[in-house]
Amino acid sequence: MKKFNKIFTILVFVFLYVPMIVLIVASFNAGKDLAVFNGFTLRNYREFFSDSRLLTLLGNSLVIAVLSSLCATMLGTVAAVGIHNMRGRLRSAIMSVTNIPLTNPEIVTGVSLALLFAFVGTLLRIKSILGFWTLLIAHITFNMPYVILSVMPKLKQMDPNIREAALDLGCTPAQAFFKVVLHEIMPGIISGAIMAFTMSLDDFIISYFVSGGSYTTLPVEIYSYTKKQIDPKVYALFTIMFAAILILMVTMNLLQMRDAKSRRTAVKRRAES
Amino acid sequence: MSKELIRLTDLTMKFDTETVLDGINLYINDSEFLTLLGPSGCGKTTTLRIIGGFLTPTSGDVFFDGKRINDVPAYKRQINTVFQRYALFPHLDVYDNIAFGLRIAKLPEAEVDRRVTEMLEVVSLKGFENRSVDALSGGQQQRVAIARALVNQPKVLLLDEPLGALDLRLRKDMQNELKRIQQATGITFIYVTHDQEEALTMSDTIVVMDKGRIQQIGRPEDIYNEPKNAFVADFIGESNILDGVMNDDYLVTFFGRQFQCVDKGFAKNEPVDVVIRPEDIDIVPASEGHLTGTVTSITFKGVHYDIIVDFKGFKWLIQNTDFEPVGAKIGIRLNPEDIHVMHKSEYSGMFGDYSSYSAEYDEIAEGGEDEE
Repeated sequence: MKKFNKIFTILVFVFLYVPMIVLIVASFNAGKDLAVFNGFTLRNYREFFSDSRLLTLLGNSLVIAVLSSLCATMLGTVAAVGIHNMRGRLRSAIMSVTNIPLTNPEIVTGVSLALLFAFVGTLLRIKSILGFWTLLIAHITFNMPYVILSVMPKLKQMDPNIREAALDLGCTPAQAFFKVVLHEIMPGIISGAIMAFTMSLDDFIISYFVSGGSYTTLPVEIYSYTKKQIDPKVYALFTIMFAAILILMVTMNLLQMRDAKSRRTAVKRRAES
Repeated sequence: MSKELIRLTDLTMKFDTETVLDGINLYINDSEFLTLLGPSGCGKTTTLRIIGGFLTPTSGDVFFDGKRINDVPAYKRQINTVFQRYALFPHLDVYDNIAFGLRIAKLPEAEVDRRVTEMLEVVSLKGFENRSVDALSGGQQQRVAIARALVNQPKVLLLDEPLGALDLRLRKDMQNELKRIQQATGITFIYVTHDQEEALTMSDTIVVMDKGRIQQIGRPEDIYNEPKNAFVADFIGESNILDGVMNDDYLVTFFGRQFQCVDKGFAKNEPVDVVIRPEDIDIVPASEGHLTGTVTSITFKGVHYDIIVDFKGFKWLIQNTDFEPVGAKIGIRLNPEDIHVMHKSEYSGMFGDYSSYSAEYDEIAEGGEDEE
């Protein structure tokens, strides 16, 4: 049984990571043929970094990801605090409403957002409303539930007396939030922000419907490449993105582990004394 | 005579349909050490939270120094709180925790430093300035919480079962420490606890509460010696509570025998509850006793023995330093001042019978955290 578990785990990892490994190898392959490794080269990377179109798109994606995750984090945190302060049934009702977009098929979200924008565009008599702003709004919309979902548990874990202690010591409710509560829920906010950032960076479906010719992101553009032969420099780009997200995730996990560890040792020290 | 500082009038608190406080009337004097004492769910913490400004009463008023403060938010009240689980700020060290209130009040940093240093000395935490509060023991955290509240020199300090999480030894030390601090600073302390011994040790005034109502207010001695009803008699210390009839002033009948007592002012032949404290009962040979009974169990308690004696089917608890074997026939004598007579109340018949006595009775009574 134990052996089976091991083999199964290895198989899962193979299925998950072999495609990535193939991609990474391909990005360093000197030859054009994917099946044969014709020697190591950085040519694909050189070509990628000299392709101004791809770089612009990568820039677009990063701008949208940074802005949308920042906005979603702020709005989501405020929303989480609001929901947390609600009572019983209303709170669970609002939470379910918040969670629906998470399970909703992305294509439905994408199409409905596109329809909404088209409607607003007609209303405001703007000919081509799709572009930077619609993309940003759409990304904030679908990112927010992730932030709420990661901030909520921190609020629940927090000793409610901590906020009261701040009020007791003369803080206005706003001061109590910024000076005390924010520190307590910061780990949740940070992991929410990172999640929002990565979700935004690799979103294709929703972006596809709400971006226009004036402003698109990298995933949308790359999708159009798949219809023809993919240039190997795109492999280089993918490898870079994969590495970046990997580093981000590992850092996040390390931070969380350190957080948990310091808490554990604190508890232990308290128990010993 | 010190002046009145806080007054609660007709305070009622309802959560949904549940009535937590039911017509609380209470005044608290300046520089007083007042304890709200009662079992879990009696409304003592709710009362404290209303005074602190964390809850708004359903009806009734809170007056502070003569001014109605129902609508004054917590951060504008000259009241500070020591919370049950300390509620220290984990992201700040000991010094910054204590300095928190002063910095919010925008005091000059030199003044902040002077007062924090002084306060660290008061709570004996000198040298701990830069420790993380997570790295402190329970007792040390407790002292940081007290220092953090006291450093603001509040008019009133609210303490919500502050010693509940500490072990017995530390609790005794902290009781003395708190009493000392209270007397040195002259700050009014309002203290919530379910531990009757703690209340008796520390308080100037005890307010005994149950079911959202005040059962009795008085000095510790008065509460102990002259409980108003069976609940108070049973909750504060141990009591044998018997049915009796008040024949006349200073004359009460129970167990078919008339006794001299020191109580008066009852209606003629009024049915009453009679309280006899277990430590007041003198054991004598059976032939000399006012009443005679049989020992059914005896437990060594250190200072004394807990002896359960059966008198015609009603079991009494007697505390005595001499050993009496199980099955022995003994007599007891009661002096007039050993007998305390109370009016009948809703609690009559609910307490004071030791028929279901078990040796762990006091652990049961003292255990159980307050989950309000």
